[in-house]
This record gives sequence, C-alpha cells and structure tokens, in this order.
Amino acid sequence: MLKLLHGIVELYKKVATSLPPDVEDAIKSAFPLETEGSTAASSLSVILENIKRARETSRPICQDTGVPVFYVKVPFGLSQNELKQTILEATREATQLVPLRPNAVDIISEKNSGDNTGEGFPIIYFEETPSGSLVIDLMLKGGGCENAGQTYKLPLEELCAQRNLDGVRTCVLDAIQKAQGRGCPPYIVGVGIGAAKDQVSRLAKEQLIRKLNDANKIDELARIENQLLTEINELGIGTMGLGGRKTALGVKVGVNHRHPASYFVEVSVGCWAMRRGRLIW
Amino acid sequence: MVEGKRLNLPLSAGDVAGLRAGDMILLNGKIVTGRDRVHKYLVEQKPKKEDLPFDLAGTVLYHCGPVMKKTESGYQVIAAGPTTSMRVEMYEADVIRQYGLGGVMGKGGMGEKTRKALQEAGSVYLQTIGGAAVYLADRIVKTIDSWKLEDFGTTEAMWIFEVKDFPAIVTMDSHGNSTHREIEAASFQKFTELIHMK
Repeated sequence: MLKLLHGIVELYKKVATSLPPDVEDAIKSAFPLETEGSTAASSLSVILENIKRARETSRPICQDTGVPVFYVKVPFGLSQNELKQTILEATREATQLVPLRPNAVDIISEKNSGDNTGEGFPIIYFEETPSGSLVIDLMLKGGGCENAGQTYKLPLEELCAQRNLDGVRTCVLDAIQKAQGRGCPPYIVGVGIGAAKDQVSRLAKEQLIRKLNDANKIDELARIENQLLTEINELGIGTMGLGGRKTALGVKVGVNHRHPASYFVEVSVGCWAMRRGRLIW
Repeated sequence: MVEGKRLNLPLSAGDVAGLRAGDMILLNGKIVTGRDRVHKYLVEQKPKKEDLPFDLAGTVLYHCGPVMKKTESGYQVIAAGPTTSMRVEMYEADVIRQYGLGGVMGKGGMGEKTRKALQEAGSVYLQTIGGAAVYLADRIVKTIDSWKLEDFGTTEAMWIFEVKDFPAIVTMDSHGNSTHREIEAASFQKFTELIHMK
C-alpha cells in the first residue's frame, strides 16, 4: 500500500499540472478557427501558453484544483476500506506536495480542513472488476463548472421538452445557454439519462472521463453527441463566454434504464481544464 | 503574447471613463483579491476604510482564491486565475459604492445590479482568463500583504498583490455596456431557433 500511496500522489501531481493530450489537442485545433485579434483568439493563446507553462514548471493549471473524484476498479480480494485510507493519505500528501488548494469546507463551522479531506471528500466510487489490475481514474473537478451543471425532470413544459432524445437535446442546450461563460468554456459536456437523480448525476459526471475521440457504442447516442456538439457551438458563447466559434470540445451521453414514471436528465459541465488521468496497478 | 492598453493603478476617473467594453488592457500596480467571504464581510460588517490594510479607492478587486505556498520569506503565489464573479452579485454593487473601486475583475461577467453600480459610481468590470492560473500568477510580481488570513484561510483571504502587465478585457464599462449581456441575448435567440427546429 505504501507504493500505491506514492503512485496516487504522483497521479494527483500529473492530473493537476498537465492536461490530457486529447483535450490539449482539441484546444489547439480550436485556436485557428477564431478570428485573429478577437478576444476568443487572445484567450485561447493565453490558455495554450498556460498549459505549457504549468507542465514545464509543475504547477497546477488552474488555482481551483477542485473536488477530487476517484473511480476505482477493484480486483477481487482487495480491501476497499484499505484503498480508501490510502487515497485519503495520498490526498493529504498531495495537498502539501503539488500543492493543491485546500477546498474541503465544513458545512457547520465553515472551517477549511486544510488538507482536502473531510466527510465525503474526496468523492470515491468503487466497483469490483473481473480483471486482475487495480484501475484508478482521477478527475479534478473545479467548482465553477460544477456550479454550471443542471438537473432536469422530463417532461418539461416550459421548454416543450418531451420524454425522448429530442427532449434531452433541449435540456443540454438550455444548460449551456444558462451557463454562458461562467464555467470556463470551451466546455466538455457530460449527460446522464435514467431513473433517479443520484444515478444520473453520477452517470453524467462519469462521461467526462471518456476520451474526446471515444465514440458512443450506441448509434443513436453517437448521433446526438455529434449533433449537440455542433449545436452548442452554434450558440456562439465562445471561449470564456465572450463570443466565438468554439463553446464545447465534446459531448458525451450515458444512459441507464428508467422507471416508467421517471425520466431524469443531468448535464454535467466540465471546463476546458478537464483534468483527468489513470493509474493502473 | 497579448497586446493591450497599459494602465497604472489606482485608476483615475478619466482612465475609467475612457474604457469601453471590448478593450484589452494590461494592469500595472497594486490590486487586491476578494471572493465569497471577503464580500460578505465587507457588506455585513461594513469595516471602515481606515481599518483595511490598503486604500481600495481606484484599485481593482480581483475575484480570486489563489494557491499560495508559505516559504521562509513569506507567501509565494503558485496559481491565481479568476473565480466565477456572479456568486458575489448580491454584494458587489454595495462594495463598489462604499469603497470607490476602480474596477472588479473575475470571470463570466456580472448582473444588472452591478452593471448599474458601475455606471453610477464610475467603475468597470474586467474579465480575465479562467483557468489560466499559472500564466496569471507569473504576472503577479509581489505579494505585499494580506487581510483576514487567520479567519478566512489562504483561499478566501484578501491578498494585496503587485502586478505587471496583467491581462484583462473590459466587458462591462462605466457607460452601461456589457459584452456578457450582448452574448447572452444572441445565444438565447439562437437557442430558441434550435429548440423549435425539429
């Protein structure tokens, strides 16, 4: 477990200070699309320079190092409790070492724990895997983009959104239209559809772990992911919300079975600084 | 890297009046940070100007909770990008009027209450680049002082920084213009077209 602890601290460092190649490439290809001298082009050039400087100097890309979210695939026989304790210890060490911004605040006392641990903090999801390897995905999800997310319960009369994929499409466009530039676009958008609020919230956020070139295995969903990406960009919100051709870099949709009476849609908004990474043990 | 009009802080009334939404600027001089807790405190406790460590008149209040590292020679700025400004919308108009700020700076723009206060008090809203925390930290040349560090912690304290060529875009000016309002209206129009199109 000691070696694993160091591995998780290193994962934190890598995720906080360097952007995944697929996200960086998507930002690079957005830059030439914007008009020279526009605020979108200037902002993107600063963003690209920032990504480079953060990596070179091993500093966090964004000062908001977010809520750490762990998705852990556990081989049979490994103790989840021990893994949890190791993750907590690694979180305390990484907060000092990287450094991460202390973000865990007590609801009653308003005191910051100072080490990014607390009740339900970080968020950790465990799932047993038939494989022999332990796989740890870590995402650092900033507060600004987290606040831009929305939950919808269909049907929704004011948006004429029915219980079908077209209704889902309306919800996603509404969420991004409402988010404007507040969550640091160009966004990566995760969508979850299913029977219950807690389930779709988790599902939507989990979509953000998918690589941008990961096409949905379900044809209907792959189609709506592409359509939504085009339509979100037509909104013209642009980089940092000051107008431009790129408002989103990717849209990923996940589905669960629903209850006959329920149709929940969650839109999880990820900022351009989509910090995620994987450790295979 | 980014071109812009160089401005020295504190801003004069003439500096502010000369700025228009869409202008790119580079700030030089002393700025202060303040986010959720600083705003709440300033509005609820109404500390007198002389009780603050620094005269806020004409300066820029930056919505930022930086990553700071304590060293032997004091605090060092590691990363310092903007936070979402809209969260302090309910306080900002009062803060601008009370302390005579030259500008407020953050990301994502602010609402009608702030837009009116900027117009009445002669101040501007500046947007800087969200997430560009390392790039922006490198434009902070000195940490001068802090306020409420014990009570609020490093994220929520007020930091007084000296900046050199710190880039920002004027997105709400003192003449009532707001780039955010324009983009929101245009995107809402497009949204309505898209959802009625089957």
